Parts: sequence; structure tokens; C-alpha cells
Amino acid sequence: MIEGAKWKKWLWFYLPMGMFILALLFPFYWMLVTTVRPDSELYRPWNHPLYSPFWTSHPTLEHVKNLLYETLFGVWMWNTMFIALAATLISLFCGVIAGYALARLKFRYAGLLGTAIFITYLVPQTLLFIPLADIIRDYRIGDTPWALILTYPTFLIPFCTWLMMGYFKTIPKELEECARIDGATRWQAMLYIVFPIAVPGILSAGIFAFTLSWNEFIYALVFLSSPEQKTVPVGVVSELIRGDVFFWGPLMAGALIGSVPVAIVYSFFVEYYVTGMTGSVKG
Amino acid sequence: MLEREGALAFWLLVPTLALLTLFIAYPFVRGVWLSLTNAVVGEPGHFIGLRNFTKIFDDSIFRTAALNTFVYTGVTTVFKLALGLWLALLLNRHFRGKAWVRAFILLPFIIPTVLSTLAWKWMFDPTFSVFNWLFWKLSIINSRINWLGDPELAMASIMTVNVWRGVPFYAISLLAGLQTINPDLHEAAAIDGANRWQRFWHVTWPLLLPVTMVVVLFSIIQTFADFQLVYVLTGGGPANATHLFATYAYQIGIGTGLLSEGAAISLAMFPALLLVVVFQLWYIRRVENR
Repeated sequence: MIEGAKWKKWLWFYLPMGMFILALLFPFYWMLVTTVRPDSELYRPWNHPLYSPFWTSHPTLEHVKNLLYETLFGVWMWNTMFIALAATLISLFCGVIAGYALARLKFRYAGLLGTAIFITYLVPQTLLFIPLADIIRDYRIGDTPWALILTYPTFLIPFCTWLMMGYFKTIPKELEECARIDGATRWQAMLYIVFPIAVPGILSAGIFAFTLSWNEFIYALVFLSSPEQKTVPVGVVSELIRGDVFFWGPLMAGALIGSVPVAIVYSFFVEYYVTGMTGSVKG
Repeated sequence: MLEREGALAFWLLVPTLALLTLFIAYPFVRGVWLSLTNAVVGEPGHFIGLRNFTKIFDDSIFRTAALNTFVYTGVTTVFKLALGLWLALLLNRHFRGKAWVRAFILLPFIIPTVLSTLAWKWMFDPTFSVFNWLFWKLSIINSRINWLGDPELAMASIMTVNVWRGVPFYAISLLAGLQTINPDLHEAAAIDGANRWQRFWHVTWPLLLPVTMVVVLFSIIQTFADFQLVYVLTGGGPANATHLFATYAYQIGIGTGLLSEGAAISLAMFPALLLVVVFQLWYIRRVENR
């Protein structure tokens, strides 16, 4: 903490902090204002004398109604929720047991497999989407939720495995050994002793995986084609924009409401999320 | 005993390895094969050697996209690191409402990228831009700025959004690193007469470097392979001037259906990505062995 003159603290702390907060949060405020602004106010050019950017005197829910009743937005929300949950559960299951094996069991090639999984974690979706689209077509799961439920784990599992490996390493081995002396099998010790202790780690991995699935775009864009199969990000971008015509009211309403589930999950589990995120890079 | 552990480990790893083989290793092999054929949508095509690669290297749009990708990654990484570190240092102090500020600051990173980018697209709208209004009111401009209509300005706008989205991630990750540094070290340096800058440079920075490296390398990979921002903001336009590898691969491979050429453009990212990954593995090992 800086000692000395108060203005110094203002200059070096409050001012930059205020600027950061303003810059980082303004776009969300803009979404909110646009959502409740009537069209007559929305389409006033920037140099119109009545352009009032920061508030509206006639708030309306017209755009939200339009979004919910005139588009498939509700269906997209449901699709995204289902896909994100399914992909997260599959990834957690695979990641937790794989993480346990890599952190706790001695076997040949353990180091090699760990490195291989870490490398797949660094493979970006945009490297493989074209051959994957072909493969999805071969397996006849194109344009179904399964195209995403089965491919999302490819970027979620490596991350979950990596995070869980780190977590399992912090749990003392003695706990397991005690249980085994008392007659538990390796399997029982894992299931009833280690996994319950690892719940916070599992929660972190799960929350981070859920937000990543909700955010995913290019696979959803390429593997799904019918409007009623789409996820929120793809549906909003491809169905609410018709050619060059942007309906900014419903678009911003969609962006706002489409963010709500992630924001809720995040707000309840900020600490777990941060652990997951920082763990995702540190390993 | 080792035998039994090996068997258990095998069964625990089977689901993971199956999914990763099926949806990462196999697509990779298939992508390499695809890039060596002349396949288009609906037709498997046949082997044509490296002709797709010679074709794209002669393509001026591809070369622009390649250059854009490197510039985009380089410039945004510098800004994200500098601003992220600054924000992390601010957040590392004690002040009222810290938990709230930290929670809210992460919003740009957690809100689905496409959705927040749409808000930026609306703010960059040539006719209704709030930035134009602001600069006009501040008497900086008197004619409109077409944020996404001019090639260079469009690239700068895209970079701005990328930095906006990335700074919270850097800040929170670096903050986690800062919190592991023992405050006694700072006190000791202060007693020895080091000023604020010296303390940062000789105490904080060396201790923070391992975390910083991992965050930067991770972010470089993500930025290099970026797709969403460009797809939403400009779609690669105006006149194909703002493409990155990924958006151009999408336009050719999915948009026009030239699968093999699209796969080749995607794979052109591979050497650079491999270099970063190898460096990252080497660095992690070196830090661990110290």
C-alpha cells in the first residue's frame, strides 16, 4: 500500500482501477441498455441531436418478447444446456479416473501418456474442424447433439485430467494406505476415500468445463445445420442476422439472456471457477 | 502388485484414450491425408501430393491471412501481458470490495465470446457507434469513423476486442502467481533500500516469470488459432483483408466446399503451434527440474 499523499493514491490506484473496470464492463452495460431501448431510439445515428447513449426514457421489453416468441431462442437455450451438461459429465468421468491413474498408479508409459494428454489439451479446435466434419458425417451423427457431446470432451478431458492430476497429488497417500490396511481394496479406497476428498477439485473442473462448452463456437457452427438443432452462440449469430440486416434489439437481448446461465453458475462458484482457470494453465 | 496397478491404470485410461484417439489423433491423420488430395464436399478425391500447399502459398489472400495471424498474435499478446500484469498488481493490494471487483472483472472472459463480440460489433457500427458519439462530443472527430470498414482500422478493432477479452484471464492468473510470493522478500528488499521499481524488477518479476511464461504460451496458442472474433466482427472482410488462418480455412473449406484446400490452410498453422508446444514442454520440464 502506498503511503503518502492522498492524491497519489488516487492517481496510481483508483484512477487506473476505475478505468479498467469501466472498460471491461461497459460492453455488458451497452447490451443491457440496447435490450430495453425501443427501436425508435435505437436507430438514431451517432450525430443525431437526441442520441442518448447511456439511458433510455422509454424502456421496453419488446425485444425480449420478440426474441422469445418469434425465434427459436428457447430451443437453442435448451440445446446448449443439454449439450454442455452431457459433455461436462462425460469429461468429468473420464478426466477424474484418468487423472487418478496418472497421479497415483505406477505403470509403464505413465509419463508418456501424461505428456500426450497435455499435448492434446493444446490442440486448438480450429486445427481439426474440417477433417472432423468429414468424420462426423461418416458416423452419421451430423446435425444431432451427439456431434457436439462426443467432440467437446476432446478439449475438456485433457483439461479435467490435468487439473485432477494436480489435485490428487495434494491428497496424502497415507489416507489410502490406511484404508487398505483396514481391508479396503484399491478400488474401494479410490471410490470411497480419495474421490470424496477431491470434490472441490471435481467441482472446479466441472464448472470450468461447463463454461467452455457453453462458449464453444466453431464445432457447433460446422457440425449443426438445422435451426432447431443449434446452440445459443450459433443460433444468435446465424438466425438473428438475416443477410446484412441486423436486428440489434433482439440480438442484444439474445446475447444478454444467452449469457445468464454461465453468469449464474459463475456467480455461485467464483472461487472454484478461478481455481479451475488458474489450474488449467498451471497444471 | 505393479502388474495389478498397471491393469487398473489401463482400465481407468481407456475411456479418455478412446475419445482422444477417435476425435483428435484420427482427425489429425485424416486431415493430413485430406490436405494431400483434391477432395471437395461429396467427392472423396484422389492423391495430388503437395499441390494444395503450393497453391495456397501462391494465394495472396492466404499470405495476408498468415501475416495477419502473426501480427494479431504478437500485438495482442504484448498488450494483454502489459495490461494484465498492471491489473494484477492493482488487484494484489488490499482495498474494500476486492472480492466483488475480482469477480466482475472476469466477466469478459467467462461470457460466451460470440455474444460479447456481438455487443462490440454494435458499438463499432458505422452509423450508430457509441465511440463515434463519444469522440464527436470530445471534439476529436467531426466525421464518422468506419471502425470495421477500413482494413487496418478493422484489424485494430479486432485486436482491441481480443485484448479486452484476454486481459482478465492474464490478470487473474498472474494475481494467483503474485499471491504465492512471500511478502517478507519485499520487506527485506525494501530494508536494503530497493525502491518500488527495483523491488518489482528484482523480486516480483523473476518469481512471477514461470507463471507468466505458461500463461503467455497458452494464450499465444489460443490467439494464433482464433476464429470467433474475426468471424463475427468482419467475416474476414473488407475485401478479405482481415482473415486469420482459421477464418480463411473456414471460408475455403466449409464456405466454398473445397475441403482439401481448407484442410491444408488449417494445417499451415501446425508448424508454428508445434514450436510453441515443444517450447512449453521444455520450459515446464526445466522449471520442474530446478
